[in-house]
Order: sequence, then C-alpha cells, then structure tokens
Amino acid sequence: MVATPGAELLPTAKPVRLIGKNGERAPKARAAGHPMPAPEELLAAYRALVVGRRFDRQATSLVKQGRLAVYPSAHGQEAAEVGAVLALRRTDWLFPTYRDSVALVTRGIDPVEVLTLLRGDWHCGYDPAAHRTGPQCTPLATQALHAVGVAYAARARGEDTVVLAFLGDGATSEGDFHEALNFAAVFQVPVVFFVQNNRYAISVPLARQTAAPSLAHKAVGYGVPGVQVDGNDVAAVLAVVGRAAERARAGGGPTLVEAHTYRIEAHTNADDAGRYRSDDEVAAWLDRDPVDRLTAHLRRTGALTDEAVAAVAEEAERVAADLRERLPATTPPAADELFAHVYAAPTPQLREQAARLRAEEH
Amino acid sequence: MASLTMAQAINAALADALAADERVVVFGEDVGPLGGVFRVTDGLTAKYGEDRCFDTPLAESGIVGTAVGMAMNGLRPVVEMQFDAFAYPAFEQIASHVAKMRNRTRGAITLPMVIRIPYAGGIGGVEHHCDSSEAYYAHTPGLTVVTPATAADAYSLLREAIEFPDPVVFLEPKRLYWAKEEVELPARTGPFGRAAVRREGSDATLVAYGPAVPVALEAAEAAATEGWDLEVVDLRTIVPFDDETVTASVMKTGRAVVVAEAQGFAGVASEIAARIGERCFHALEAPVRRVTGLDIPYPPPKLEHHHLPNAGRVLDAVATLQWETA
Repeated sequence: MVATPGAELLPTAKPVRLIGKNGERAPKARAAGHPMPAPEELLAAYRALVVGRRFDRQATSLVKQGRLAVYPSAHGQEAAEVGAVLALRRTDWLFPTYRDSVALVTRGIDPVEVLTLLRGDWHCGYDPAAHRTGPQCTPLATQALHAVGVAYAARARGEDTVVLAFLGDGATSEGDFHEALNFAAVFQVPVVFFVQNNRYAISVPLARQTAAPSLAHKAVGYGVPGVQVDGNDVAAVLAVVGRAAERARAGGGPTLVEAHTYRIEAHTNADDAGRYRSDDEVAAWLDRDPVDRLTAHLRRTGALTDEAVAAVAEEAERVAADLRERLPATTPPAADELFAHVYAAPTPQLREQAARLRAEEH
Repeated sequence: MASLTMAQAINAALADALAADERVVVFGEDVGPLGGVFRVTDGLTAKYGEDRCFDTPLAESGIVGTAVGMAMNGLRPVVEMQFDAFAYPAFEQIASHVAKMRNRTRGAITLPMVIRIPYAGGIGGVEHHCDSSEAYYAHTPGLTVVTPATAADAYSLLREAIEFPDPVVFLEPKRLYWAKEEVELPARTGPFGRAAVRREGSDATLVAYGPAVPVALEAAEAAATEGWDLEVVDLRTIVPFDDETVTASVMKTGRAVVVAEAQGFAGVASEIAARIGERCFHALEAPVRRVTGLDIPYPPPKLEHHHLPNAGRVLDAVATLQWETA
C-alpha cells in the first residue's frame, strides 16, 4: 500500500493530552510522544493560571460596574492562553486578539495597559515593540499575516525568533487565515498558528464554521503539520506549542495548533449566551476546568505546597486590587492627541482641525 | 539627460532604492523573473537577488498583510498590486491596519511601506483593469496618496515614498507608463504635499492629477488659440493636499475647473471643488466646474472614450465660466 502524500502532516485522532480530568497522568498514547514539562515549568504555569483567572474575574466585575466599556472574557481558556505564552521565549513575538487579555498579562504586560482598549481610553495601551506583542486585533485573522511578515523579517536578519498568532475557531473561516497559512508554508517562516477552538464565534457554533474533521486538519492543505491539543490541559499546551516553536526556530516552518477549549462566559458582557447554548453544556465544561486540573495534578505529584498555593493566591489578589485601584484612575489622552499619530507629521489640514478643536474647548 | 518612459523611471527608482537601503524589499505577483506585467520591475531580481525582489502566492491581502508585519520588524516593503481592482482584496488590511497602526499604538509602531498600484484606464483594458480607486485611499486617514504625472515625478515621488516614515499608496497612471520625456536621474522634484504649476496662466486654473494632467495641458494649449490663458496645477500628492498652491492659483485667476478621470460623485474632484469654494469664494467669477469620468462602472474598451475626460470637455467647461462678466 502506498502512503497518502501528506499523511504525516495530519493531526492525531484525539487531542494531545498529558494530564487527565482529575489530575492524573493521561494514558501514554494521548501524549503522542510529547514529554511532561518539568515541575518548575508547571509551577510557573500554575502561578500564571491563577493570576490570569483572577485578572479575568476582576475585569468581568469591572465591566459590570461600568468601569470597562466591554470585556471579552477568557474564562475557561486560561490554560490555552498561559501555555501558549509560556512556551515561547521573551524574544519571540505574539499576535493576540481581543480575547487574549490573559495571555498579555501572562506575557508581563501591565494589566492596566492591557485594558486600555476595553476601557476606551485609546486603542492599544502597551508598546508592541517593547513587548514584542502586536496590538490586540479585532478584524479576525488579519493579524496572522502580520505574524508571517514579522517572522519573515526576523529570519531575513538571521534571527531565530518565532512568532505565535492567536486565532479563534471563527477566524479559520476568514480569507486571511488561508492566506497566512499559505504564505507561511510557501516561505517556510517560523510561525505557530494557535487556534483556540472555544466552540462558538459569538453565537455561531463550530459546525457552521467548518465541515473539516478538525480545524487542525486544515493544515495539511498547505503542507503544514496540524496538531490537536487539549486546550484545558496546560501541560499539553506547553508541550505542543513548545515543540512547534522549536521546530519553527530550527527552520522547520510553520505549524497549525488547534487547542480544544470552551468559552465559559458569553462572547462579551453585551451578549446573551442563553439564546444559543444550554446550561448543561456549560456545566460539562466547567467540570473540565483548566485551573482545577493542573492544581489536582500538582497536588498528586506533591509539587504544590500549601505555602505555594497561599503565596500565589495572595499575588493574584494583589494583581486584582492593583487593577481595581489604578484602572478607574486612568484618563484618556487630551484631544490634541487625536491628531498626533495619524502621520509622523500632521498634514496642514489636520493642523487646522486640531486648532479648531482647541478653540471649541476654550 | 536620457529619454525615459514613466515605467523606466519607476524601475530606476526601485533599483536605486534597493541599492541605497538593504531594508528595501520588492514583492508581489509576477514581479520577479517576469519583471511585472508592465515590466516595471524588469531586471530587479536578476540584479538584486531573490531575497530582495520576489514573487508571492497570488493573494493581495496576503501581500499587504505580510508587508505590514515586515514593516513592523525593520524592513521597508514595496509591494505591487497588479491592477487597481485587484487591490480590493487587500482593502481590509489597508484600511484597518496599514492606515491605522501608528495611531492605534500612539506612534510606537510605524509602517514605512509602499503599495504600488497601476491605476485608471485609457489602455483598452477589459473590466477590473481600469478603475480609478484613489478616492477609497484618499478617504482613509493615515494613508499618504501619491500619483505622478511625469516620469521625473514618478522617480522622485517613489524614492521619497520608500524613504517616508509612513505608508504610501503610490498610484501609477497606466496610460502614462509609456510616455517618454527627457529626464536626468536621480531626479528630485520636491516633497510630498507640494503641487506643481505645470503651465502658468492668468484666466482660469485647471486642477488635475495623475492621468488627467496631460488632458488638462492639452486643453490649455487648445484654449490659448481661443484666447484663454489657462494655468494647470498638477497635485502630485492627493494626500497631503496642497491647499496653498491650489488656492493661490485660483485667487489669481478667479476661475477653476477640476479635471479627474475617476467618476465624479463623492470623489477627489468633488473634494477639490469644495475646498476651492470654501477658500476662494470671494475671488471666484464663476462656480467651480468638474470634468470627470461618468458615474458608471468602467466601460468596456470600445466604449471607454465616452467615459474619459478629454480636452474638448475641459474646454466646454471652461467656456461656461461666465466670461461675459470679465
């Protein structure tokens, strides 16, 4: 029998998993050759998960208090967010979407700057160049092409930088998703396309996005390996993204990773998830909670002490308290700044409009 | 001095930019070994290598979106959209990212990149090959929109575009690609935002840009035989717009006709006419007129002559400028 060309690019039948639902080691076959991350990596992930969850809960409260214009929660997706970020080096680049605030906090960006967009003070609150992190992207899949370009430029300079593009299941239907995968494959640039399949694009379920056996299967059409991973298992995400990143770093080209997870909250606070999904479905996913799962695993192995739990909980509370204190105190830039960054030097017409606006304010 | 076509001048500008700055990369569809469907990139891959001038998959959003990432990370991409209407798939990248990145990030990320687009008609092209798409770009804050009407300007403006700190949409009038003129390279003809007075006159001002400039000049020559001394202003850059030169000219002449090949409704010509009206009202002897393309989808080759502004239509418009009061 002749093997089908490209068969080696296909994902495994089931998502890669290292830690089972109750914290136990997953059966060896589910690991698909991925090693368990070292205990210190898992402890770092634990810290980021707990802090990330607390940040997300705090942001959700702030939006209910009217202190944020809108907040798309990542509750339930923290393992995917944290694992993808911690699998990279600080010198690597990230291209996040609006739902990836937990990834940005994990990256070390000031939570207040992460929320500038959603508070409505400006569009991007942090310095993308300093953090090697693109602005949170709203037009779906468009940032995947920016990841390809950044990776291309880095490789042209001989750097071993890897670029990770965050995407959602809905974004895989966009044309730019296709174009980015295709460009990355043709030019063999070091990009990891990281799709968090959280089952819904606002209200539209996965079945209306694709008839593919999995989103990871789409990779084979581009000559790119596709990998499915349990997105609620941070150990598996660390291992899978880590391997994809090292492959890219070594010149092996892009990988498409599909992380299976679930958006516990509605799309945003403005959405009513009860109109399109059942409480039973949500409850089933709450039962697969990513933070609980890693906690149970680290308790089993003895790597997580009561002291460590208390210290991380305290840190998470500090992050939340700091956010509660500093966020409401932020103020938007003065109106003059509306004209300051349109071009390097404002056009005469913009200078006229700025002068008119100043006159109106006096 | 050498006799050069505009296509050759653009080719020379790309070559000189590649030689001058190793961060410059040129890419798009058929721009590599073929040298572009208009041969504008002829010889660049052979001379500067596949790393500096190369073909991509056939996907315009991919080309522009990848260029955004490259510009974010230290390169200076110069991309080609093969034809005006072929650039539309890239419009989301252009409107949502190219134009806005500096502003979104409060100046932390800038995008020095050039999107070259052969545009407009008059070459007998079939549908989707002849659109005048400048209004879409000019209407998008953050874009600088350039369109040369001479070979010397094409060279100079493209070199400036590649050196510019912000993204530039560089619109090349296809029907002027083969127009020859005496040019001494490297030409430097003045900065962005400065219009050029191509012909001085005292009776009325014709304001034009890109493919309409030769039409305006032809009309001005013809008008001279009828006793009208017309001034012709070539904008060179639509954004930034040179209100100063246009206003000074119309204040002097007291009459204005805007000539543009694009369909007129909600277009750049309308913006120019409105600006003249606001700034020169008390100096105007007659309402500002527009001579533009018709408000129709670009016609098939055998009908395009109905659509394109010509010297006759410009003269007809000039004739309505209330000369009896002069």
